Amino acid sequence: MTQTKKRIIINKIIMTLSALSALLGIGFLLWILTILVTNGLDALSLTIFTEEGSPPGYEDSGLKHALIGQLYIVSYATFFGVPLGVLAGTYLSEYAGKSKIAESVRDISDIMMSAPSIVIGAFVYAIVVAPMGHFSGWAGSIALTIIMLPIILRTTDDMLQLVPSTLREAAFALGAPKYKVIVQVVYRGAKAGILTGILLGVARVAGETAPLLFTSFNDNFLNTDMSEPMASLTVTMYNYATSPYEDWQKLGWAAAFILSMFILSLNILGRLFIMKKKGK
Amino acid sequence: MNNTLDKIFSNSTKLIAIGILLLVAWIFTTLFQNSMTSIQTFGFDFITETKWAPNLEKFGALPAIYGSVVSTFLAMILAVPLAIGVAIFLSELAPVKMKAPVGVSIELLAAIPSVIYGMWGLFYFVPIVRETVGGIGISMLTAGIVLSIMILPFMAAVTRDAMDTTPDILKESAYALGGTKWDVIKDIVIPYAKAGIIGSFILALGRAIGETMAVTFVMGNVHNISLDLTAPATSIPVTLANEFTEADSDIYYSSLFELSLLLLIISFTIISVAKFYFLRRGRMA
Repeated sequence: MTQTKKRIIINKIIMTLSALSALLGIGFLLWILTILVTNGLDALSLTIFTEEGSPPGYEDSGLKHALIGQLYIVSYATFFGVPLGVLAGTYLSEYAGKSKIAESVRDISDIMMSAPSIVIGAFVYAIVVAPMGHFSGWAGSIALTIIMLPIILRTTDDMLQLVPSTLREAAFALGAPKYKVIVQVVYRGAKAGILTGILLGVARVAGETAPLLFTSFNDNFLNTDMSEPMASLTVTMYNYATSPYEDWQKLGWAAAFILSMFILSLNILGRLFIMKKKGK
Repeated sequence: MNNTLDKIFSNSTKLIAIGILLLVAWIFTTLFQNSMTSIQTFGFDFITETKWAPNLEKFGALPAIYGSVVSTFLAMILAVPLAIGVAIFLSELAPVKMKAPVGVSIELLAAIPSVIYGMWGLFYFVPIVRETVGGIGISMLTAGIVLSIMILPFMAAVTRDAMDTTPDILKESAYALGGTKWDVIKDIVIPYAKAGIIGSFILALGRAIGETMAVTFVMGNVHNISLDLTAPATSIPVTLANEFTEADSDIYYSSLFELSLLLLIISFTIISVAKFYFLRRGRMA
């Protein structure tokens, strides 16, 4: 066998292996997706949105409590996390540039993005839950805010840096003070990018379970008081799925389906914003 | 007027940005302070002691550390070749029309919450493991496999990004010399993108070791060091998820906080290695 033939054969073998592993990987992921969709659609019904949790065996049980609780916890996290993240990102891009302090904030944020979220839960337990004496929706929101912060900060930083400096200079030349230039010119130029960062940040924290386990805890009934333990879709999903009752497990799949669809649409929406921006 | 507003705006942005650094320092000190009781009681034995018995107030982290290391190691062995395969497929092999849709789907799968991978593992994968390799299905092996599938999309996406940074002109020159696809990948793409590829593997490792929900469902939370992969086990995050709300004594809480601190230090170290040695300001999210 000549060298060339040998190389061609090796090439074929490796390419087949690579295509197979791609197929295997994608196959597994498709399998999970199919299970999620079939189980989710199967469990979905109107009562899921209108009824609260009930003991296993009751027909009229739903996820209203978890959906509303999730909305509260994630909304408050967004409410705190977005302004803080955007302002911190603004400092990095507009004021600090490549200074040492800015670089270390960037590095720490990058690391925080991949840090284990359950540890954030333990931290919030120590600073909020333990002093208060009980679990609360606030504690959950604070944990999610901490997780969201570095994501929003880094995308804002990146997106603001993409705004051409000529725009800033033109505004300065008109005599505008720096904060006005940033708020009225730079933010506008980076609108789509910042929005994408926010959507991805919200999508990321909406799927978090671990930091909520011992901060917002859970509640099988509707509660809108943030200073009390509060249900979330993810923790409810975990509790229902690990329960031995079939109807609870079914509700767990419905929650999984609703949550994934929500997160996927946020991700797709975020991508569309960025694509539209690039198209221009 | 404008001057004051300007000062207020710039100073508040600065305050918040520096606040991030303080926040991280606060997280470390809080976890450390809350671990004090455990550190003083057990000292270094905490890491080497194999017995975790809350009723006897005896806490040793070795089974959890062992479980974290072994399950992550299993996940890496399984996920790395698959991720390389998917990345080669996406960056070199797939027809142009397939690249974008398949690539985007993989990235979207990386966004699916890990709790869903855990649920899938519990209901669909545990029975398969039980029937094929025996045991009760809830085991170290199951956790490793579910973990590997969970990190696969992330790993494949970052590895592909790293491979895609190879300039086309380099690849084309190699093809012009008569190289096969594999020649080009092994002699051009991989050497060129080596740092990025290794970095993305280490980053995925950092994420896998702190992953809670994908493994909590299928690991069993049994504090036992067993060489039998089909036996139930535990890991640091699994212990935290299962026991934090059950802890009933100061020393129990303190031990759990020490576990959190250990986990944070381990993942901070791994992620920093990925970031500072391999991925200079690359894609982290």
